[in-house]
Amino acid sequence: MSAAGPSLEGASRSDVEEFLFREAELLDEWRLPEWLELFTDDGVYYVPVTDLPVDASPDNYLFYVADDRFRLSERVKRLMKRTAHAEFPHSKTRHLVSNVRIRQRLENELDVASAFVTYRTKDGVTDTFFGGNRYRLVPQNGSFRIREKRCLLDSDGLRSQGRVSIIL
Amino acid sequence: MDSLGPMNTALQVDEAKRIFKVSRQAFVDPAILEAERKEIFDKCWLYVGHSSELAKPGDFVTRQVGGRSILFARDAKENLNAILNTCPHRGAQVCREKRGNAKAFQCFYHGWVFGLDGMLRSQPGETSYPADFKERSTSSMQRVPRFESYRDFNFISFDRNAESLATYLGPATEYLDVICDQAEAGMVIVGGSQEYSIRANWKLLTENSIDGYHALTTHASYLDYLKNCSGGLANVGFGGSARDLGNGHAVLEYKAPWGRPVAQWIPAWGERGKQEIARLNDNLVERFGRERADRIATFNRNLFIFPNLVVNDIMAVTVRTYYPAAPDFMTISAWALAPREESEWARKYRLFNFLEFLGPGGFATPDDVEALEQCQRGYRNTSEVRWNDISKGMGKQNPSYDDELQMRAFWSRWNEHVFRVAG
Repeated sequence: MSAAGPSLEGASRSDVEEFLFREAELLDEWRLPEWLELFTDDGVYYVPVTDLPVDASPDNYLFYVADDRFRLSERVKRLMKRTAHAEFPHSKTRHLVSNVRIRQRLENELDVASAFVTYRTKDGVTDTFFGGNRYRLVPQNGSFRIREKRCLLDSDGLRSQGRVSIIL
Repeated sequence: MDSLGPMNTALQVDEAKRIFKVSRQAFVDPAILEAERKEIFDKCWLYVGHSSELAKPGDFVTRQVGGRSILFARDAKENLNAILNTCPHRGAQVCREKRGNAKAFQCFYHGWVFGLDGMLRSQPGETSYPADFKERSTSSMQRVPRFESYRDFNFISFDRNAESLATYLGPATEYLDVICDQAEAGMVIVGGSQEYSIRANWKLLTENSIDGYHALTTHASYLDYLKNCSGGLANVGFGGSARDLGNGHAVLEYKAPWGRPVAQWIPAWGERGKQEIARLNDNLVERFGRERADRIATFNRNLFIFPNLVVNDIMAVTVRTYYPAAPDFMTISAWALAPREESEWARKYRLFNFLEFLGPGGFATPDDVEALEQCQRGYRNTSEVRWNDISKGMGKQNPSYDDELQMRAFWSRWNEHVFRVAG
């Protein structure tokens, strides 16, 4: 990343990769409050169910997760508590990010695609989540902020993972 | 019972001493699962789908129901057909898509073509077959032995001699009525299904779906969240009752502080929401009178229909069905149900509400999944620790929604089926 950081026109794929790898690291280290700060004030996080069109809206389709910024902050708070039983003690995860591509440069944001494989281990059971991520990234203060993160799972529903209690 | 040998009952019941225990063997024993397949899933009425999922002629879905592969389709005459999804010729699954719209179904193996009612239309090399081949019942896809509907909830049974669906549902129909009467133009399944699985015995989800007792501890973090939402709660306390509906069906009916799109307002929904909720309430009063309108609007219902259908009318309405794949593994399908005529505003809040609590990405269901899986792990100790206790509230005149009457109703019926003992 250049000293001044990426601009909308100047952002390279490696700038975006650096940002996404950093995001993955925060998630794997369970630094969720810091991860939350990567989002804009109007940022959203979506995990649609797996039988929907790619651009489906959570206003009229069923999702697994459709958080606005407030609910996302509550999700993070919840996951840091002992009473988030599904993640106590915290599972171990590894978020792998690949196939990063800037799809479009829009008026004030980048439309970015990546592929992901995320492993989650708890109680001797390892689950694999895989699919594609679509990001709307806004250049800000020398880095990016996430306006939308949409995780498109490639599995048939959540069989056999059973839940998305981690952030994908 | 001194060993984990064959059982003739899974229950230990003493009404006078207020003892009701369930053997943990019922959650781990492959022989029990075999008996369940034969005595429950091959005999009871099982939910296959909602009529709204097949809106137009030609619409179809494929589902696993009771261990069978089912093709559920609406034909050109608007009839719904539940067909065993296997080619009468050599057995291949004829339809391989999860959903869609079709004029006919063709088995790709040898090219036989069937109508939306499963009737054989043509097959390559017809001249090599006798003239009446198409008319033979064995030449067409076979329908499920029994198919009946109640208020757009469609059920199938693999027992030709099963009692009628209405008789089977009994008083549960009254609760389906209360749920369906939310809508003037009928209830519909909203786009999309949540498909997930739990590494636990399927009966643990039956218990969990009608368990009012676990909310305060299992869902502590969800309740924290509701408190953090400004205006997230109505000024209403938890309270209500449980009812045994016979045949293993049961229901909880209770008040709760969360918002209900039909129709309990919470401050977070603002003035716009207040007007909309008032309009919905007025409409209910007009149609049903004040008393029933209040029941529809302000009471929650967790309705369990034996053996594996849950219709929870809570902060949103969910329809959920689940099957065992092994003693310690189940698969679950869940949908959102909503009034057809609902405004965009209400639909949006309904779905927002739904995801807060429900489903494998919500603030509550993942913790239920964890609880069920932890129970299943605990049952590794079944040789030494053999019994579950579900006696809470025994002997009470009016069991509370957070007692365990509804689970006893399920287990009693389950026991009658599996061990073929009279109730």
